[in-house]
Amino acid sequence: MAGLPYDVAHLLAGGLVLLSLMLLYQDRMYALLSVFAAHAVILSLAVAWQAYVQSAPHLYITALIALLFKGMIIPVALHRIVQQLGVGRTIEAVVGVGPTILLGIALIALSIMVMRPVTEQADVLTREDLAFALSVVLLGLLMMVTRRNAVSQVVGFMSLENGLIFAATGAKGMPLVVEISVAFSVLIAFIVIGIFLFRIRERFDTVELVALDQSRGEQP
Amino acid sequence: MAMIAALAIQLAQMTLVVAIAPLLLGWVRTIKARVLRRRGPSPLQPYRDLLRLIRKEAVLAENASWLFRVVPYVTFAAIWVAAALVPTFASGLLFSWSADMIVIAALLGTGRFFLALAGMDIGTSFGGLGSSREMMIASVAEPAMIMVVFTVSLLAQTTQLSSIAAFMAGANVGVRVSLALVLVALLVVALAENARIPVDNPATHLELTMVHEAMVLEYSARHLAMIELAAALKLVLYLSLIACVFVPWGMAAAGDGIVAYLGGLVAYAIKLAVGGVLLALFETSIAKMRVFRVPEFLGVALMLSLLAVLLLFVSRSP
Repeated sequence: MAGLPYDVAHLLAGGLVLLSLMLLYQDRMYALLSVFAAHAVILSLAVAWQAYVQSAPHLYITALIALLFKGMIIPVALHRIVQQLGVGRTIEAVVGVGPTILLGIALIALSIMVMRPVTEQADVLTREDLAFALSVVLLGLLMMVTRRNAVSQVVGFMSLENGLIFAATGAKGMPLVVEISVAFSVLIAFIVIGIFLFRIRERFDTVELVALDQSRGEQP
Repeated sequence: MAMIAALAIQLAQMTLVVAIAPLLLGWVRTIKARVLRRRGPSPLQPYRDLLRLIRKEAVLAENASWLFRVVPYVTFAAIWVAAALVPTFASGLLFSWSADMIVIAALLGTGRFFLALAGMDIGTSFGGLGSSREMMIASVAEPAMIMVVFTVSLLAQTTQLSSIAAFMAGANVGVRVSLALVLVALLVVALAENARIPVDNPATHLELTMVHEAMVLEYSARHLAMIELAAALKLVLYLSLIACVFVPWGMAAAGDGIVAYLGGLVAYAIKLAVGGVLLALFETSIAKMRVFRVPEFLGVALMLSLLAVLLLFVSRSP
């Protein structure tokens, strides 16, 4: 059976899921950004390992893009944004940390339960990668749902996208054009979100999304 | 003849864990003092403390029930049996068929249950406070411990510690995320269970922080000696458990010669010494947590061990 290639892939994928949980667990803004950067670095390592295992050199480019944009540029830019916005250092969560983590664990279990029967005839590496990628996506969604602060929702969105890239590289034969276009669309989305953050702050003096509800008259 | 030898080795193991428990405690204290650039007492000081306590007259509160007098012995016995079951220098001992990880968790739970009862028996406020805090910690630490047990036994296909050690020393373990997660979870649980620094400080008597000390505040003399010895034994137990599951090398197997057993003893001594140094370094480099942050800290252990169990299902089947 698959020996070391599988073990290392398993280690990196498991590390990615663990870092996703750590993103959920963090309650400080700057630590959150550091964990997000680590998330992207692990993602690029996992993609590079996939490139090596599948002997698909174009995946190295994907890994490089992930490392440069998501591991360095976006965290640094977010860091700057947080500094300029002057938002609070601690993050307000809608639900407490404990229930959120339990929910996250349940989501991981769900994605494993869903993915295992569906990918019955795929090989063992792809099966595991898809299960982990789905759980990273679900954890990113959970993070977007449970956080009030817009910046941490952006981080949730970005980590969700990390999961998508991970799934794409796990599936064999994904053309490079698709991956590059996905990466750039995320970059554009990031720029748009950054502008929106400043607009929200200008308007409401906060980036807590509760303020938006109030302006629509949904909450007193 | 083989039976007698096996029995002798099992007895040696039982006495060894009790004999070295205070030494390990003293060793950790010495290293901690050295790291803080103090001289510190001799590593043998815990033995002197125990002797002094045993010589003193026991003072009981007026409203102490029989439970209060029995609990030190019950707790000590439960923890001693658990510690004697963990393979230390040799695996495949006479009683290793009963050295089940679930049994060990249950024995530790029994010891804790009786200690918490005794804390409330006298009816002082401190005892109740300590007991309730201990239970708060236990309610998260025990599920985490059980999950650790499940992960390791799912991997090794057995709950017997000797077989687990043999499996871990074997070649077909591979690189597992689950094992790394479980190791961290077990370390966190061990810190909490032994009342070490991020959770509880065994050296203070400050009422805001103490957990274990508050529970046993009313004890004196030989009762206190039993409880202190049991606490020291627990530390030995957790270090042996971690050593047995994660670094099982150098352990003598059943039916080995005397050289293998001596080698096992040396390896075990080295493992304990290294574990003590690491514990002391960790304790001096970190600050005590607020009591209400402890469930969060232990929640990390629970989360890691749950995740480890989950990840086992997608990993390569052994």
